Amino acid sequence: MAERRKAVHYLNQFFGQIGGEHKAGTEPLVKSGPVGPGVLFQELLGAEVEIAATVVCGDNYFGEHIDEATERVLSLIKGFNPAIVVAGPAFNAGRYGIACGSVCAAVVDRLGIPAVAGMHPENPGVDAYRKTVYIVETKGTTAGMREAALKMSRLVLKLVKREPLGSPEAEGYFSRGIRRNFFAGETGAVRAVSMLLKKLKGESFSTEYPMPVFDRVRPPPPVEKTGEAVLALVTSGGIVPKGNPDRLESSSATKYGKYDISERSRLTPETHETAHGGYDPTYANADPNRVLPLDVARDLEREGRIGRLYPYYFATVGNGTSVARAVQFAREIAGDLIRDGVRAVLLTST
Amino acid sequence: MVKEIERAGIPAVHICTIVPISRTVGANRIVPAVAIPHPLGDPARSREEEKALRRALVEKALRALETEIEEQTVF
Repeated sequence: MAERRKAVHYLNQFFGQIGGEHKAGTEPLVKSGPVGPGVLFQELLGAEVEIAATVVCGDNYFGEHIDEATERVLSLIKGFNPAIVVAGPAFNAGRYGIACGSVCAAVVDRLGIPAVAGMHPENPGVDAYRKTVYIVETKGTTAGMREAALKMSRLVLKLVKREPLGSPEAEGYFSRGIRRNFFAGETGAVRAVSMLLKKLKGESFSTEYPMPVFDRVRPPPPVEKTGEAVLALVTSGGIVPKGNPDRLESSSATKYGKYDISERSRLTPETHETAHGGYDPTYANADPNRVLPLDVARDLEREGRIGRLYPYYFATVGNGTSVARAVQFAREIAGDLIRDGVRAVLLTST
Repeated sequence: MVKEIERAGIPAVHICTIVPISRTVGANRIVPAVAIPHPLGDPARSREEEKALRRALVEKALRALETEIEEQTVF
């Protein structure tokens, strides 16, 4: 009988069946065997790989103590002496994606074993960790669980059996930027000309050498006279007037709000609340200044440290919200700000 | 959003808890916050202490906006 190899699965508090946002502060702990989606993974991995244990950590605990949480999770994983580590899938959950990526990168670097995670292309964990970790492309939500588990399990089995991997496209993971030599059927000249012919005919073709996309914006020059400048407050933390008049969605937001604060010296639980569905709203609802710091911004304005606060603030919900939407919101917001002579922006995120 | 506001030419400072996410989305001036559900507060402290903490973060953010930088910088 073939040797049964051990895997450890990393999950957040939600998939690890501890609880929702109110349990997001949970510190790393171990559960024996597969848990939650791990049951599906175990079914797909069959007899060759055993999920010996599941390590669970709350997304907030991880996000707020990335180095410490990574160390603690790594030492729990190490105790099982696994052949491979599986994390997530995290879909488009940003905190969870960063946690999965950080754990897997530490596993690869420090334990010298492979690790497989699963994420949506817009998860910030992809760009942060794709070079070290096999990150399988998934849908944005748990609706893609089965498909993700199938692709991830297939990759896990190949890795533990040390079978040769195909291209990232064939295996379904994000390219790690590694080039492997192989003998092609045709010379480079023939391939290049046939690619050019396809291009001229308007047919689809795929390059053999994709250019990296660096979409960076150079830092604008600093604000010169903050004491004379107009500063605007913006948040992705979902702070809205009580009752959420624009009905900002709690996740995957399709809009933002622009709200008058010209008559306000601070936000209060009676007037404002959060519409964000991706974090425990208790603290933001009890004191919305914890997310949108209007109270201290007004103090600083009165003291002359800030020239003037823009009479409106802008808010959206950054929770699984697509990059395309966020770009659109920010362009529209920037249009207003430039028209009204705003010279600096303070943007807060939860 | 931070990146797009800066693309339009207005310097923007990002106060957020998970710095790697801020880096990935292309913020240039980054100020680490307190915690995810309360980036500019700490319910474990008294009201006065909490407001002082918030003020310190906003003041740090203003200094970040006033600082000449060449690349992504965590303040």
